[in-house]
Amino acid sequence: MALQEKLTKTAALTGNEAAAQAMRQIHPDVVAAYPITPQTEIVQLYSTFVNDGIVHTEYVAVESEHSALSATIGAAAAGARSMTATSSNGLAYMWEMLYIAAGLRLPIVMPVVNRALSGPINIHCDHSDTMGARDAGWIQIYSENAQEMYDNLIQAVRIAENPDIMLPVMVTMDGFIISHGMENVELLPDRAVEEFIGEYRYPYALLDIENPRTIGPLTLQDFYFEHKRAQADAVVKAKTVILKVGEEYGQLTDRSYELIESYRMEDAEYALVVLGSTAGTAKYVIDELRQDGEKYGLVKIRVCRPFPAVRLGEVLSRVTAVGVMDRADSFSGEGGPIFAEVRAALYGVSHRPHCINYIYGLGGRDIGPDLIRSAALDIKSLKDGSESDSLVRYLGVRE
Amino acid sequence: MTESSQTKNLLKDHVIIDKAIEPNAGWRDLPIGAVIPKGGTSRQFTTGDWRTIRPVWSPEKCIHCHRCWLYCPDMCWVSEDKKIQGVDLTNCKGCGICANVCPTKVHAIEMHPEDTKTEHTAGED
Amino acid sequence: MALPDLAKKPVRFIGGHRACAGCGFPITIKIILQAAENPVIVGCATGCMEVTSTIYPYTSWECSFIHSAFENVAATVSGIEAAYTSLKRQGRIDKDITFIAFGGDGGTYDIGLQALSGALERGHKMVYVCYDNQGYMNTGIQRSSATPRGANTTTSPAGKKVPGKQQYPKDLTAIVAAHGIPYAAQSSMSHWNDLYRKAKKAFAADGPAFLNVLSTCRLGWGTAPEDTVDVADGAVQSRLWPLYEIEKGKWKLSLKPRRHYPVEKWMSMQGRFRHLFNPQKNETFIEEIQSQVDAKWEELVRRCSAET
Ligand code: SF4
Ligand code: SF4
Repeated sequence: MALQEKLTKTAALTGNEAAAQAMRQIHPDVVAAYPITPQTEIVQLYSTFVNDGIVHTEYVAVESEHSALSATIGAAAAGARSMTATSSNGLAYMWEMLYIAAGLRLPIVMPVVNRALSGPINIHCDHSDTMGARDAGWIQIYSENAQEMYDNLIQAVRIAENPDIMLPVMVTMDGFIISHGMENVELLPDRAVEEFIGEYRYPYALLDIENPRTIGPLTLQDFYFEHKRAQADAVVKAKTVILKVGEEYGQLTDRSYELIESYRMEDAEYALVVLGSTAGTAKYVIDELRQDGEKYGLVKIRVCRPFPAVRLGEVLSRVTAVGVMDRADSFSGEGGPIFAEVRAALYGVSHRPHCINYIYGLGGRDIGPDLIRSAALDIKSLKDGSESDSLVRYLGVRE
Repeated sequence: MTESSQTKNLLKDHVIIDKAIEPNAGWRDLPIGAVIPKGGTSRQFTTGDWRTIRPVWSPEKCIHCHRCWLYCPDMCWVSEDKKIQGVDLTNCKGCGICANVCPTKVHAIEMHPEDTKTEHTAGED
Repeated sequence: MALPDLAKKPVRFIGGHRACAGCGFPITIKIILQAAENPVIVGCATGCMEVTSTIYPYTSWECSFIHSAFENVAATVSGIEAAYTSLKRQGRIDKDITFIAFGGDGGTYDIGLQALSGALERGHKMVYVCYDNQGYMNTGIQRSSATPRGANTTTSPAGKKVPGKQQYPKDLTAIVAAHGIPYAAQSSMSHWNDLYRKAKKAFAADGPAFLNVLSTCRLGWGTAPEDTVDVADGAVQSRLWPLYEIEKGKWKLSLKPRRHYPVEKWMSMQGRFRHLFNPQKNETFIEEIQSQVDAKWEELVRRCSAET
C-alpha cells in the first residue's frame, strides 16, 4: 500500500488525457477508432502512443464509427483486448453494433464523451447520446470528473471481462466540461494497472484455430429468447461484480466506488439526483444549503446500467421530496430517462417521496450553482398533488 | 505461448464449451453469446428429406473427373484416393446439378424419382 | 491442379446447410476454401450465405467463423486481422492464418461499400469475396446495384409501364481496383479453374485482395436448380460477366469467349427476364442491353490490351 502510494503520480490532465492515459495503461491489443468532437483528443493521443512505439496496440484508423465498433468486435472475438471511443452522433452511428457487441457478449470497453445529438447539430455536453443507448445491453458508468473517468475505465476492464459478466462497458464523461477541463489526476503505476486488470479472457477466440467456433449465428424462435435471458442475467450479476471491483480498486487507491454515491444523505429531508459533472456543482450547493440549516442531500448515479433501483429506493425512501435532474429529454411528455427510472424505483418503497424532474443543460447550456439551488428550493415547496401540475420542469431555458 | 494454449488456460468451468446444445436447453445451459462452440454441427441436420428426385450413379461409366464432387452445393459426393466412391444422400436436395455437369458423353449420373429403388446410390450412406 | 486432387483435402464447409437446392454460393465457398493453404478465419455479411449456414445450433463451417452485421464484414475482418497482427507482433501467436470476408452483392456493392473501401484503403491483408448473385435474395429478391438491367425483382417489378430494373449494374470490380490494391479479379463459380487460380493469387497477395464471383441464385433468377452452373456460364459466354484480373494495376482478360453468344440467349434462360420475351419480345430494350454489354466489353478489351 505504502509502496503503491509512492509510485502513484499526480498529473494535471484534461479528461480526455486522463482517458488516454488509462487506455495506455490498459494497453489493449487493438484500438479501432474514428475522431469526433469532443472525443478527438483521445484518438489523437492514442495514435501518438502507437506511432511513438509506447504501446504494442494495433491502431485501426477506420472510416466511420460503425466500422470502429465492427472492427473492435472482430478483434475482441479474435481473442485480443480491444477498445474504441466515441461521442454523440458517432455513438448513434454505432447503434446497430452496440446491440451486437452486447449480444455476442464481447467485453469491450469504450469511453464515450457525452455530447448532444443532432439536430440541430451541437458539439457540447448533454446525455442524449448515452441515454438513448441505455437499453443496448452495455454496462454504463458515468464519471463526475477526470479522476473518475480514469478510475472507471480501469475498473471497467475488470467488470467487462469477469467470466460471469462478459459484457461491453461504456464509461462516460461530460463533453468539454470534463473532457477539456484540466484537473489534477492521480495515476496508478503502469504495473499496478496491468496487475489489476489481468489477462484478456474470451473463451471462444477466433484465432484459436484448432477449435473452430461459429460466432454470430442466426438464432430463431427456439433459442433467441434463451440467449437474451442469459444476457439479462449477466447484467443483473454485474451489480455484485461492480461493487467488488470498486472495493478492490479502493484498496489500491483509497478511492472505492459503488453503484451510487450518497452525499450528506444521512438525515436529509430533500434530495437531488444527478449524473456526471453536475454532481460536483450540486455538492457545493448542498453544502451551502446545509450551512443555511437546510437538510439537503445528493444522490449521484454512477452506474446507470445495471440500474441501481434497489439502492436508490433505500436511500430516497427516507426523504420528503426528490428532484431528479436529467441532461436529456425523452420527449415522452413524462420527463427525462433518469426521472422515469428513479420514479419507477420509488414505486415499491413504503414511504414514497414527492418526485419531480428537472431537464437541464441541453446542448451544453451552463448549469451553475444558482440554477441547482433554485431546483433544490423548488422541491421544498412540493405538497401532495402538486407534482402533477408540472411534473417536468425545464431548468435554465429561456421562456 | 500460442493463442490457443493461452485461451484454453483461461477457460472457466462454467463456460460451456463442448457440451452438445440440447434442443430444450434452458438459458443457463447455453454457451454465452449464442456461440456455436464447435465447427460442422450441421452434420446433425439432414436436408436429404427435401429431395423429390435422387442422383443414381453408374460406377462403371464414371471417369472420376470429379465435376459432380465440385459442383454439388451440398457436399454429397464422396471421394477417396482420387476416385468417386458414391453419393451420400443424407443432405442431397436433389437439385440435379451433378447429373447436369457430368460430361455428356459419360452420362454416369441420372436423376430418378425418389420413390424408385435403385442400387449404387448409397456410397457411404 | 486437377479436380481429383482438389478432393483430397477435406472441405471446411459441409452439408446440412439450408441454402436452396441448386444454390450457387456453396460452390463458390468450396472452390475458394480449397485454394487456401493456411487455416482460414471467415467473416460473413448478413445474407443468404450466413443465414442458411449458421442456423443455431447448426453450423456448416468447420473453420473459425464470425458474422456480426450486414454492412460491415470488411470492418469486422479488419479487426480480426488487426488482432492477429498485434498478437503476432507481441509473440503471442505464431501460425500463418488467412482471413476471408464473404459478402453478397447487397452487402458489398451497396450497404457495405464504405466498410469495404475503408478496409482496402487501410491495406488489411484479407481476401474479400463478393458472391454476386445480382440482388437481395435473402429478403425475397429485391434489386441491388448489381442487378442487371431489365431484371424483374420485387423492387424493380416488370410493370405495365416499366419493364423491370432500369439501371445497368455498378462496375464494382473497377471501383475496387481503383483502390490500387495488389489483386482484384472477376470470376464465376461456373469456371472453377479460373476461380481457383484467382483465389490462389488472392491468398498470396501482399495486401488486400478482392474477388467478385458470379454465383447463381436460381430462385431470384428463375432458373431450374440443375442449370445453376450453365446459367452462370452463359453470363460469362455472353460477355455480360467477363472474367478478368487486375494484378498490381495490370488489367488482364482471363477468357475470351470463342463464339458470339447473344445476351438475349442468356436472358431467355431466366424467369426474371421473361417479361422481355412474352407476350411479345421487347426488341429495342434487349438491343440496348446488348449494345451496352458490347461497349463495356470493348472498353475492357482495350484496357487489357493497352496494359499488355
Ligand atoms: S442432386 Fe444436387 S444435392 Fe444431390 S448430389 Fe447431385 S448436386 Fe448434390
Ligand atoms: S461428374 Fe460424372 S464422370 Fe465425373 S466423377 Fe462425377 S459421376 Fe464420375
